[in-house]
Amino acid sequence: MMEAPSTTAARGADVSGRNAGGNAGDIAFGMLARLAGWSILLVMAGIIIVLVSGGWQAFSTFGPGFITSRAWNPISHNFGAATSIFGTLITTVVALVFAVPFAFGVAFWLVEMAPPALARVIETAVQLLAAVPSIIFGMWGFFIVVPFMAHYVEPVATRYLGHVPGIGLLFRGAPYGTGLLTGGLILAIMVTPFICSVMADVFVSIPAVLKESAFGLGATRWEVMRKVVLPWSRQAVMGGIMLGTGRALGETMAVTFVIGNSNRLGWSLFAPGNTIASLIALEFPESSAGSLKLSALLALGAILMVISFITLACSRMFLQRGIKN
Amino acid sequence: MSAQKVQAGATSGWQRGGAQAVRRRIVERLVNVLCGIATVVVLFLLFSILWTLVTRGAAGLSLSTFLHSTAAPGSGGGLANAIVGSCEQTMLAALLGTPIGMLTGIYLSEFSHDGKIVSFVRFVSDMMLSVPSILVGLFVYLVVVEPAGHFSGIAGTLALAILFIPIVVRTTEDMLHLVPRAMREAAYALGAPGWRVIVSICLRAARGGIMTGILLALARISGETAPMLFTSLGNLNWSTNLNAPMASLPVTIYQYAGSAYDDWVQMAWTGALLITVAVLATNIFARWWLSRNGTASS
Repeated sequence: MMEAPSTTAARGADVSGRNAGGNAGDIAFGMLARLAGWSILLVMAGIIIVLVSGGWQAFSTFGPGFITSRAWNPISHNFGAATSIFGTLITTVVALVFAVPFAFGVAFWLVEMAPPALARVIETAVQLLAAVPSIIFGMWGFFIVVPFMAHYVEPVATRYLGHVPGIGLLFRGAPYGTGLLTGGLILAIMVTPFICSVMADVFVSIPAVLKESAFGLGATRWEVMRKVVLPWSRQAVMGGIMLGTGRALGETMAVTFVIGNSNRLGWSLFAPGNTIASLIALEFPESSAGSLKLSALLALGAILMVISFITLACSRMFLQRGIKN
Repeated sequence: MSAQKVQAGATSGWQRGGAQAVRRRIVERLVNVLCGIATVVVLFLLFSILWTLVTRGAAGLSLSTFLHSTAAPGSGGGLANAIVGSCEQTMLAALLGTPIGMLTGIYLSEFSHDGKIVSFVRFVSDMMLSVPSILVGLFVYLVVVEPAGHFSGIAGTLALAILFIPIVVRTTEDMLHLVPRAMREAAYALGAPGWRVIVSICLRAARGGIMTGILLALARISGETAPMLFTSLGNLNWSTNLNAPMASLPVTIYQYAGSAYDDWVQMAWTGALLITVAVLATNIFARWWLSRNGTASS
């Protein structure tokens, strides 16, 4: 996906050099292309302005306390962002905890171990997983994963991990099946293909001579991966992980189905919660135009935008630096 | 496997029985097995999703699914309005988004002498590629739906177009970069003006890749649900009027899957099967097509 724009300068000169005669076609075409390019800026600026100005009423009513307040009470018109920000971050962290090792494993297997013919088929399958619409993940999660979690995973986890000091706190609570853990797991399945395809691209792009010299010294595949490939591609791998993080942060439908949708903040991963995106999806249809609730939802949208922009900007920076190396 | 044998043969340390060599061997085997397991798990998940969709969705497939509109629980009904609504909005979004996306891709690839603004547009376009789609829905709601006073297919189309454009921008730019420099130079040498070189030579050479990008973008937006909730809302009746709320397959699935009626849930599975098959088939077709005639020089 990422293409280093190194050749563009030379290419661009071709067009400008020819324009000296003032060819009407070139001028018109140039204007069209610029108009289209700048319209992207306009749309992005529009999204930012509309969300921030829409959320302004909430920001000014609650002040900076909006971000730290746990309230979400449409009756007393008291709204806060803390629970949904917490849910968003926790589900994303859970997603990464599961997605990164799996994505790495699959990418490592595809690049280093799989027979080429099989690798191509499996790579396509992994990319198809990325193409499945998010609502399908939501339905599948709700009807298949949630009962599985409630009957098997959560009771077992409570029994064996619930008493471990420290992390035991995470695994206590009634096994509803829905909740932060399930939401995070569904997100993990959704972002694994993204992270995996970036990792596989990066692992393939390492100069063969680096790997060959390590193999020549007698290193095993794992040692080559850990001591040569990973250090060499560290930044691009980080970029891929951040890209997956960006996806997980803003994912709506899949999470809405399985998160349980309750305005609650606590340590248990089994308890239902909400995320910014799921809260917006659920509450938006019930909020009237111009109401404080709508403004609070738009303010949440603005916060989500800030979080995802920071993540995506980091991802881009890492990927570009990683690829230039 | 053969690489491992060669490696084992060439390295005495690998064959030695010392504790360190044994540990290295065990770690290597362990990593191999774990990576294999990871791959199997990911494939199993894909398989599980598809299997669930087929077993639960196929039961509701019949001619009336495609011929009848959504109806009240217990009175039959199909998905015709949702399918048509989805197609209408997706196609219009593609019609709207393709020229803008391609022109922007051309701008990024061929107009870099414009200076810093070009890389800024590239940056913003890449951001939009990953912006949470629900935020696009909110944006279109506030800009189109609220001033108009009602939900509409137009709003849905716009939201989808905003999601569609950045994908086309990225593919167009990437594919134009693959066009050999010699090809452009040959065209210039024949006296072609700059825009003719871009349109008749570069775009022509890159059309396989760009078409693939458009197909993948179509597949991506046709499954979008979150932005449609706030823009086209969904409609239980047959309607092709763009200025009124319009049904779409993902929104209908969302409404039906959460309902308490068995036949609605059944219909949701059927809809889910239909949309997944459509999306995955488009994906497979696009990739096959790219591998056949996607290279810039063909």
